[in-house]
Amino acid sequence: MENKRTCLYDRHVKAGALISPFAGFDMPIQYSDIASEHNAVRTDCGVFDVSHMGEVWVTGPDAERYVQHIFTNDVAGAPAGKVFYGMMCRPDGGTVDDLLVYKMGDRSFFLVINAANIDKDVAWMQSHTEGFDITLDHASDRYAQIAVQGPNAERVMEEVLGIPCAELAFYTAKTIGDTIVSRTGYTGEDGFEVYGSSDYVCRLWDLLADSHRCTPCGLGCRDTLRFEVGLPLYGDELSDDISPIMAGLGMFCKTDKPEFIGREELARQKADGVERKVVGIRLDDKAIPRHGYPVCTTEGETIGEVTTGYRSISTGQSVCMALIDSRYAKLGTAVDVQIRKKTFHGTVVKKRFYEKHYKK
Amino acid sequence: MNKVIEGLCYSKSHEYVRVEGNIGIIGISDYAQHALGNVVYVDMPDVDDEVEAGEEFGAVESVKAASDLIAPVSGTVVEVNEALADKPELLNEDAYENWIIKVEMCNKDELNNLMDAKAYADFCDKQ
Repeated sequence: MENKRTCLYDRHVKAGALISPFAGFDMPIQYSDIASEHNAVRTDCGVFDVSHMGEVWVTGPDAERYVQHIFTNDVAGAPAGKVFYGMMCRPDGGTVDDLLVYKMGDRSFFLVINAANIDKDVAWMQSHTEGFDITLDHASDRYAQIAVQGPNAERVMEEVLGIPCAELAFYTAKTIGDTIVSRTGYTGEDGFEVYGSSDYVCRLWDLLADSHRCTPCGLGCRDTLRFEVGLPLYGDELSDDISPIMAGLGMFCKTDKPEFIGREELARQKADGVERKVVGIRLDDKAIPRHGYPVCTTEGETIGEVTTGYRSISTGQSVCMALIDSRYAKLGTAVDVQIRKKTFHGTVVKKRFYEKHYKK
Repeated sequence: MNKVIEGLCYSKSHEYVRVEGNIGIIGISDYAQHALGNVVYVDMPDVDDEVEAGEEFGAVESVKAASDLIAPVSGTVVEVNEALADKPELLNEDAYENWIIKVEMCNKDELNNLMDAKAYADFCDKQ
């Protein structure tokens, strides 16, 4: 079966991007090199084609009650335009997906879900509509999306794209016609995400390319950027087996809410603790810890494994996130990582290896 | 353009051996460094380690992934290119100039299993 392509695919090919399959899409991994694109986002402005992401509209009289039922965060009483980050969980606390919920109106919510989980999430959502007077509209095919990220993102949005956004507060959204613009992102920098028709998004991309004020960035640096600031990637730091509590994301699980799927188990995990946790580890050495590498005690006993690891581009340190036995999760604990046949020493540290620069 | 140097012996996993008497000077080809992208780390064996033809002897790492280095010939490591510890990007600058290890070969017959420059260039074209 052939992979899907976003509306921007031909532009990526023409720009010489290295294309690779991701979540059933042929996506650009890098246009020049990952480090340059990464640094462009940290110091200037970069743009990502994220049209592969999924979108679902939840509308109707029970829209908010339904969202509250499937979503771990609390959207009650929020003003229109507020955006929330959180999860959908199973009764056993396992994570179905992490997602953004945009409250666009009292009866109108826009959910943005991971490309790799679109089918699963939509099926999950559809299986929980009983008793709710709502309409679920799976709209992924109708929306293209770009993310404009970096300290200069606001100026680029306003001056190059003509999209007024200076007044948008962090984690809020507005509509311009059929387009949705939010001050959100996955990089740790200030930035915006724009959801619109293919035609519109292609025009935006061309404006950015012609301006030479915004670097095209691929999925390669999207991962290095989010990793450095401690953001999880579903499939690595969250999964059916990794609950948000295990991942250290309990603040997005409002277990005081009257009910949501998984509430009891997540509340129990908060109260009783969990057996395994996702931690940050910094190696003493230049060697690079990577996904799947074993984490051990200093005596050589295996206690977990690396979920994501890189030589951090912005800090130069060899760091990783790892899912390990909670008894060793305290900051400052000495642990070892096995890289191929050798053992390297490291220390448990905060997952935020690089400070975020959100405009709050 | 894929740079292939005459007189070297090449493996299917894109390592080369430059033979100087009994010493085999081992590195990765220009094709390999180009495929890897920017090298950020080179995992090298120590002097006196044994390497075996066809077996992994280290790794070359780009931002996204680690790639095993496969020994084209067997022998004992007599020298390691320490410069790569601080400047792994030398492999991108000139893969042939910047070798990775030198080994005292124990079985020069193994060179017959490798490709010459022309065969390797053809091999790369088919990749």
